[in-house]
Amino acid sequence: MRQGCRGKVGKLFAYITRRVGMLLLIVFGASFMVYNLEAVSSDPLADLQQSTAVNKQFLINTLSRELQLDVPPPLRYFTWLKGLVAGLWGHFDLGMTRDQHPVVEYIATAIPTTFRLVIGSTVLAIVLGITIGMVTALRQYSRFDYSMTFVSFLLFSLPIFWVAVLLKQYMAIQFNDFLADPTISPSFLIPFALIGGLIMAGIIGGERRRFFTTWAVVAVGIAGLLTLMSMTKWFIHPGLGIIGIGVFAFGFAVAMTHLSTGLDDKKSLNASLITAGAVTLLYYPMQWVMNEKGSLLSVVEVLLIIQLVAAAIGYFITKVDRRSIMRTAMLTALLSSIPLIFDRFMQEFGAYMNSDAINGRPVPTVGQANQILDPSQSGNFWINSLDGIMHVILPTIALTLISFAGYVRFSRGSLLEVLNMDYIRTARAKGLTERTVIVRHAMRNAMLPLTTILVNDFAGVLGGAIITEGVFGWKGMGQLFAQAIGSYDLNLFMGVFIIGAMLTVVANLVADLLFGVVDPRIRIRK
Amino acid sequence: MARNPKELEKTVEKNENEISLRETEGLSQGQIIFRRFVRHRAAMASLISLVFIILFVFSASGLHLGSDKHPVTIPGWWPHTITEIDVNAATSDLCENGIPGCPTLDILPSFIDKTGVGFGAHPFGMDNLGTDYLALVMRGAEQSIMVMLIVGIMGVVLGAVVGAIAGFYGGVVDAILMRMTDMFLVTPVIVLGSVIGYRFGNLGVVPLAVMLGFFSWMGLARFVRTEFLTLREREFVDAARVAGASNRRIIFKHILPNAVGVIIVAGTLLMSGAILLESALSYLGFGVQSPDVSLGLLISKYQDTFTVSPWLFWWPGLFIISIALCINFIGDGLRDAFDPRQKRRITKKDRIKASDVSKVGA
Repeated sequence: MRQGCRGKVGKLFAYITRRVGMLLLIVFGASFMVYNLEAVSSDPLADLQQSTAVNKQFLINTLSRELQLDVPPPLRYFTWLKGLVAGLWGHFDLGMTRDQHPVVEYIATAIPTTFRLVIGSTVLAIVLGITIGMVTALRQYSRFDYSMTFVSFLLFSLPIFWVAVLLKQYMAIQFNDFLADPTISPSFLIPFALIGGLIMAGIIGGERRRFFTTWAVVAVGIAGLLTLMSMTKWFIHPGLGIIGIGVFAFGFAVAMTHLSTGLDDKKSLNASLITAGAVTLLYYPMQWVMNEKGSLLSVVEVLLIIQLVAAAIGYFITKVDRRSIMRTAMLTALLSSIPLIFDRFMQEFGAYMNSDAINGRPVPTVGQANQILDPSQSGNFWINSLDGIMHVILPTIALTLISFAGYVRFSRGSLLEVLNMDYIRTARAKGLTERTVIVRHAMRNAMLPLTTILVNDFAGVLGGAIITEGVFGWKGMGQLFAQAIGSYDLNLFMGVFIIGAMLTVVANLVADLLFGVVDPRIRIRK
Repeated sequence: MARNPKELEKTVEKNENEISLRETEGLSQGQIIFRRFVRHRAAMASLISLVFIILFVFSASGLHLGSDKHPVTIPGWWPHTITEIDVNAATSDLCENGIPGCPTLDILPSFIDKTGVGFGAHPFGMDNLGTDYLALVMRGAEQSIMVMLIVGIMGVVLGAVVGAIAGFYGGVVDAILMRMTDMFLVTPVIVLGSVIGYRFGNLGVVPLAVMLGFFSWMGLARFVRTEFLTLREREFVDAARVAGASNRRIIFKHILPNAVGVIIVAGTLLMSGAILLESALSYLGFGVQSPDVSLGLLISKYQDTFTVSPWLFWWPGLFIISIALCINFIGDGLRDAFDPRQKRRITKKDRIKASDVSKVGA
């Protein structure tokens, strides 16, 4: 037994070493190719050749020496590689940029920026895309399915820079104008409510009569809510308050129970509802926790406290089936803490908007942070974070719109394939409820191939960032890359490239291993 | 008659199978695929629109090949060119807000507004210099379509050849070719594209497209290889080999026709990707360079004037999106048509028709 176990680990280890070796070889080949391609196709002396400076020849000679232009590119590559390999014993060196600045430093400041740009949209696109994709699969050939198919194809075909311009115009400039006088006109309200109702009715589906009833109810609801928001000037002083948190928490409780254990499970439903009540009651104590510290730590504290409370509720409410009930309660708590924390940010919105730097126009069209934010406020964690959030909104929407179509199509196809499998029929034949069949048997298996896509998409982030950063004026990896190409900066170019390539390679490795873990049918062969 | 629901379901299923079987009776594989494609409404509509767009663009703008020094030009029917400047531009075609160069295209019929349907002198308006915008957009679309076609064809040919060889021969050949493919795949397309575009963008659109084509076959090669790996184990390949067919014959005559579905579908995806890639590169300044025109370049040039003259932004975007959308829908239709597991939804109408036929038969 022990022997077998050790053999397994040894095999896995051998597999990983072999894979890593192969991947390193690939990165070596790719970087060699790209280095030479860029070195041959660019001429760093071009702008000097045309200059009229007196010491032109001297400048050319200096630059040639600094960049080692007398060494042919294939050989120069190895001097560059030496610095990279030196990273193994800690002397990571990617060379100097043309302005004699270490490339590593540039990259170290750019990576967090790019990460901040893409993390929100990646998560949003995955959650929204998979949800909508699975709903379309369950409602195959329905109105909702057809319209979502069209929408996802449309989003597939959109150039991101084009979307960005529209977002800047309508989500930033016109929204800021709207905030000056936040009353919603009926000419916007009525179509918005009708479309919202239509989407909701499409998701819920059902016979014609039920469809129109849902549509009407949801549309009236949306219209009422927006009118209320408009009348109370909610957009200038946003916030959810204890009532809003309560509504969200109980909504999440019912939804999570429905998905996780089914509403028939009274114990589970009770646990979630009690958790929702607890979160609502914790509203004021949590405000105190967040005001006390005013840092990222306090957010973590709030999340932890709520999780612990939920776990305790789940634990004490029953002795039977404890695990699934605790899980449901904790998921409910996790979802409910999102509006709780958002509410805290919203409370600062009024102060943020009235500050001199913002001057009543809170949604920016370019940039990653407001440089001239009032110094008295810039120490405030909530205001600073809110500023970050406002700046990331537009890029996040743009990136989400572009990438979520892929998830919709893929998860739809994946779930449809699984639903045709024999084991689904078996599950139905056993008399399991439709909920169990769909959630436990179908969805879990449909998620398997998605893991590969997710990991690979994460690696492709750099490619997407190049355009997005350009459009929204962020100074991340994409901008560094554009700068490197524009100024023929070979070392900077290779620095950005190698980070992207490494990310892809690691992601591929993770995808392979992860797939082996989640899918027992796939085991490492040989 | 079947009373209980289970039996009823059984008969319905039997009928459905009969209907779909009757439809494919006596048809060749190609005919079945063609029929399935034609029935895909969105794909057919897209195909027709795409053909219309291509015909319109190329007939209006003509064909521009060759370099700046040795241009090879076939003129189109549209009278204005991309360099011509209307001297009266500053005062003609005023918009409601007084901005000159408003589009004169009017698609509202006369019972809605008084003027009725008409094209006017400059249907797409004029840019801020007074150049006819239809001419600019048509030239941009011409370039984009050329890039799309060249990248598509090169990607399909290279990808199919690499994938076929790797998948068929396996072993060392496969390992080498696939590692090479991985090498290209590690590099984001836009990175390679930028390097290439920055160097070749000013040479004109054809060299740019050819260079992009050299670096866009990898995804397709992978698909084709997987397909070949499964197909080469099939009995008909053994049969062909026993009959004495050469490797080349087996690849091209026996396996490739069976893998054509995968190739075509991946090819359409590649093409819609290519048109977006080209416009993105041009937008970033790494693709087609001014004074040459491309749709991405037009958008980047006029995005800042969106509030004043929005049509300068809408038209090129509209063309990129409609071309890419059409290609995507055609690809979807082809995928469905080539997928043997794809069952058509049997509608009520089909059932009625089928029962009519069986009644007549009886």
